[in-house]
Amino acid sequence: MKLDTSIQLGSLRMRNPVTVASGTFGYGPEYADLVDLNKLGAIVVKGISPEPVKGNPPPRTVEVASGLINAIGLQNPGARGFIETYLPFLRRYDVPVVVNIWGRTTEDYEHVAEVLGAEEGVAALEVNVSCPNIKEGSCLFGTNPEMFKRVVSGVRAKTAKPMIVKLAPDLYRVREFAVFAEECGADAVSLINSIPAMAIDVETRRAKLGNITGGLSGPAIHPIAVKMVWEVAKAVKIPLIAMGGITRAEDAIEFLLAGATAVAVGTANFTHPATALEVVAGIEAYLARHGLASVRELVGGFRP
Amino acid sequence: MKLEETRVIEHREIQGGYRLLVLLAPVIAPQVRPGQFVHLRVPHLEAAVLRRPFSVYDARHDRISILYKDVGHGTGTMKYLHAGEALSLIGPLGHGFPMCGEGHIPVLVAGGYGMAALYLGARQSPVKGVAFFGGRTSADILCVKEFEALGWEVRVSTEDGSLGSRGMVTEAVDAWLQSDRGDSVPEFFACGPNGMLKAVGDRAIAGGWTAWISMDRHMGCGVGACLTCVQKIKTPDGGWVWERCCKEGPVFECRKVVWEEKPEA
Repeated sequence: MKLDTSIQLGSLRMRNPVTVASGTFGYGPEYADLVDLNKLGAIVVKGISPEPVKGNPPPRTVEVASGLINAIGLQNPGARGFIETYLPFLRRYDVPVVVNIWGRTTEDYEHVAEVLGAEEGVAALEVNVSCPNIKEGSCLFGTNPEMFKRVVSGVRAKTAKPMIVKLAPDLYRVREFAVFAEECGADAVSLINSIPAMAIDVETRRAKLGNITGGLSGPAIHPIAVKMVWEVAKAVKIPLIAMGGITRAEDAIEFLLAGATAVAVGTANFTHPATALEVVAGIEAYLARHGLASVRELVGGFRP
Repeated sequence: MKLEETRVIEHREIQGGYRLLVLLAPVIAPQVRPGQFVHLRVPHLEAAVLRRPFSVYDARHDRISILYKDVGHGTGTMKYLHAGEALSLIGPLGHGFPMCGEGHIPVLVAGGYGMAALYLGARQSPVKGVAFFGGRTSADILCVKEFEALGWEVRVSTEDGSLGSRGMVTEAVDAWLQSDRGDSVPEFFACGPNGMLKAVGDRAIAGGWTAWISMDRHMGCGVGACLTCVQKIKTPDGGWVWERCCKEGPVFECRKVVWEEKPEA
């Protein structure tokens, strides 16, 4: 039996449901020696703002039990820098490129969406309204309904390409915002972003991060993500990209059963760069073992 | 840069908590250049999401040697590795040391196990110079015989005076700089704590010499993606940019580094 692993997010077709989470895979070249990029469902690059951003002071990450807290501060080369430095490289591959975008104002989001949305080789945009490491703008957009709707509608008006909205990991309101995203024209939502967190060095009594607080990712957040995905999947009709602590195929299949159409491998790229491709192989093996012809048959297959 | 499943061939304590780990790594080993590092996934450390970076002490044929000290969570688990165990490695990584400039005398400066990053270059350098090894106590002075066997003159200093001259390694460098060296032009290759690296750099800048320093920053992915190990590097226009110790580094010429140590409370 021929296995069909392809999935669709709006007009974005992926050959398999496995991509990488923004910020954990650089802009493509970083992992190209270790991972066959053409075998990924899509590549999601690190967040791009209209102008270059230097990011936070070190230390920028700290390892905790089964997780990583990061406060990189969205360092990036800006829209122009990305287009000139990285897009020509990415165009050489046969893999959809999803560009994660963010800004400090609604106009920032609209501008970067317009510029990047017009570029050949950009398959879709992921609107980041939920980075925990930017004080003004970004974070607020993810938690204030009016600002959220203004940004999502604003980006929608600037590009016809598939728009994915990356939701804030707000335990109590994530469903509400997913519905807003759907109402404002999102083709898909992605979740969960890293969860606000911090760590203190008890000897020096100082924060372990230069930014004091950051976002927790990794296996520690996986069960939280599964619950949020399950709840959001019941609330919207648009497809979900699920992420949060995937280290093996079983974690990804959990997300699909909970209602996600696609998944993204994040922190595990750092631990073991081959994770995403091993997850693809593991999903195929699972489909074969369960006599399923298509990965789409798994979506929402959870039996409560 | 490759991802390779390697195997432990040998693993033993040298002295004072310093251990030598020899791995069978036929893919990575032949590609390693002096000053490069490998990113190692510590087995049996399930709760760790990050790999651990280690300078390559030596690489010959199909083997890589790593010299490390048991100082933390990762290395504390590593010390129980035994021969035959599998170990995932990414490498070789980063920009290491260049060859010593023509007509220059290579001067190695190492703090503690910083010498591990210098051995491969010392072995491959056609010109042998002088190597300064410093540490808190005699237990921190490693592999002197190995460097001497390559034809290097090794000068040891310890802070407690238990081996070699008493004092900081840079004091031993100063004494040598002030001695009669003829018209030799030194070129420094250094690895150790930041304070030592800055001190070596300051001397090179004052003397008009070149100093290559290997920076050790807290590291994440090791391949340039996560932007954890960033270091401020001067730009020609008087500004600065973040460069990645894992990618543009870990070795930088001392004049390019912006030193900005956080004041301790």
